Amino acid sequence: MTEPKWANQVRLAARHIRRRVLEHTLKHNGGYMSQACSSAEILATLYLKVMNLAPVDKPLRPKPFPGVPSRGNRAYFTGAEFNGRPLAHQDRFFLSPAHYALVLYAVLIETGRMDPCGLDDFNRDGSSVEMIGAEHSPGMEVTAGSLGQCLSQAAGIALGRRLKGESGRTWVFMSDGEFQIGQTWEALQAASFHRLDRLAIYVDINRQQCDGLVTNVMAVEPLQDRLQAFGWRAERVAGHNPNALAAAAALLDDGRPLAVLCDTDPCRGLSLLSQNAPKLHYLRFKTPDERETYRRALELL
Amino acid sequence: MEMLSRAHAKNLVTWAKDKPKVLVLSADLTSSCEADAFSVAYPERFFSMGIAEQNMLSFAAGLAREGFMPLVHTFAVFIYRRAYDQVAMSVAYANANVKMFGFLPGITTPGGATHQAIDDVALMRTLPNMTVLETGDATEVESVLDVMAAVEGPVYIRMLRGELPRLFPASEPMQLDQPRVLSRGNDLTVLSSGLCTEEALKAVALLKSRGVSVEHLHISTLKPCNHPALLDAMANPKHGVLTLENHLTTGGLGSIAAEKIAEHGLGKKLIRLGLQDTFSHGASKAYLMREHGIDALGLIQAAEQALGTQLNIRPEDIAQVRVEAVHSAAKAEGL
Repeated sequence: MTEPKWANQVRLAARHIRRRVLEHTLKHNGGYMSQACSSAEILATLYLKVMNLAPVDKPLRPKPFPGVPSRGNRAYFTGAEFNGRPLAHQDRFFLSPAHYALVLYAVLIETGRMDPCGLDDFNRDGSSVEMIGAEHSPGMEVTAGSLGQCLSQAAGIALGRRLKGESGRTWVFMSDGEFQIGQTWEALQAASFHRLDRLAIYVDINRQQCDGLVTNVMAVEPLQDRLQAFGWRAERVAGHNPNALAAAAALLDDGRPLAVLCDTDPCRGLSLLSQNAPKLHYLRFKTPDERETYRRALELL
Repeated sequence: MEMLSRAHAKNLVTWAKDKPKVLVLSADLTSSCEADAFSVAYPERFFSMGIAEQNMLSFAAGLAREGFMPLVHTFAVFIYRRAYDQVAMSVAYANANVKMFGFLPGITTPGGATHQAIDDVALMRTLPNMTVLETGDATEVESVLDVMAAVEGPVYIRMLRGELPRLFPASEPMQLDQPRVLSRGNDLTVLSSGLCTEEALKAVALLKSRGVSVEHLHISTLKPCNHPALLDAMANPKHGVLTLENHLTTGGLGSIAAEKIAEHGLGKKLIRLGLQDTFSHGASKAYLMREHGIDALGLIQAAEQALGTQLNIRPEDIAQVRVEAVHSAAKAEGL
């Protein structure tokens, strides 16, 4: 069976996302590499197929850091403009694990929303293209670096949109480690209690967190059963398969928020990474040889 | 003096009538926080969030981003203690238009240490973007709504409930960063806040009857706190400044006074009355105010210490003082 065109685009974009993140990991002698490996297809499918985002006129260039939000700071902006200025029927996107920022920046470039030169500012002093993004960073709209706060904020936004009569959906990308957080479960119960069926999450279940394997840090499974017990419609899909990822996104309008649980491989497309198992959270090169090995891997990506 | 019952419950319904963007969020303490009448009057604008305050604060920030003005109602401790990270990162960082109504400030509850917000001003005052208000009577409980609504950004309010005196005329509403000058004098300056002001009024009346000249200011805006009347009041007293608050002596009104005195080189002695580096316990308001010395007697004893003299005021004298509604001298003095 031949794949639809968009699925091929997702696969191509995912390869380019991993490539860009590895480039910057080499450039900065470290980076959140495994997150790119695990989430590239999820984010590419969201941006290229699932989400109905408003277009941007042309790839945007990130502006310098505008200062923190305050009453006096009229120059403050969020990174939401990279996701387009949505009409009432269009969608909104929120990145919860803010350390995936570089992956998101790469997605924005591959989907024509950010000028490739935007990554020249990555992790540079005075830039909005921060390593752990905040709401001024490209593609971001809330400050989610304190994990577990994004879903609650997005749920409030989804309720606000419903009160205004907006039909667009609100998408949140989450990581599996966040299901260890009490606030996540508070948000899940509130979203189903208030019947926010236009709220949906995609969860990157890469089974990895800072200390190592999720199963060794604090078990979160069985996530599908737990989410269903909390009143959510929960689908479990192969997280590198664009067709499966997209098929799970259908809107049922039945009052239940949607969770798409994506099983992923944190070394996908870069098998070299598995040598660092079980600690894959942040890739830092220990020797020049190791760095050279990754540089050669980049040429093959 | 006029006493009002459940002033907030009634007033909120009237005030919010023509304000469709005003929502109320509650965490299972709806009638305890006098939001029950609102929930009945406007069920479509009332959202029950359950005993889940961390979610409630971040959720409120999301609603604010969509142009709504969520009024979060719960006990103060469950806002700033239970959900501090959410208040700091979801609400304050974003300068989100979330208004937090913290009930049971200080020791105004027999609920014990878990329910007593004795350090909330200290924590909320140090958060960037945050405005901190404290109500001292029925007039302030009513008029604080206009004050907080006019602030573009997060506001934390120490809210009173139940039976409340109307110390200040309804015609003199609370105003942002505007102290109420309740007495003029130059022996001592008393700064009081919240329900301590009623106690301070009794003490000041007795002090004046003994010939002590007292400047008394009621402070209902703890941040921002930049009105020149405050500095003027602290610059003049011959025998120093006394602060009286329903809070730890650190981080709240006493600390504000200390900062101002030091920053402006006023060189006045300062006695801070409040909880002295201690948690409290479950007991009646009057009992706890006596135990912690934040009542009229405590203020009189501190005044005697500042003056270096005994005034022979007995507890029976205090019991006989009748507090009448007080007009602020602020207008008359053109402050």
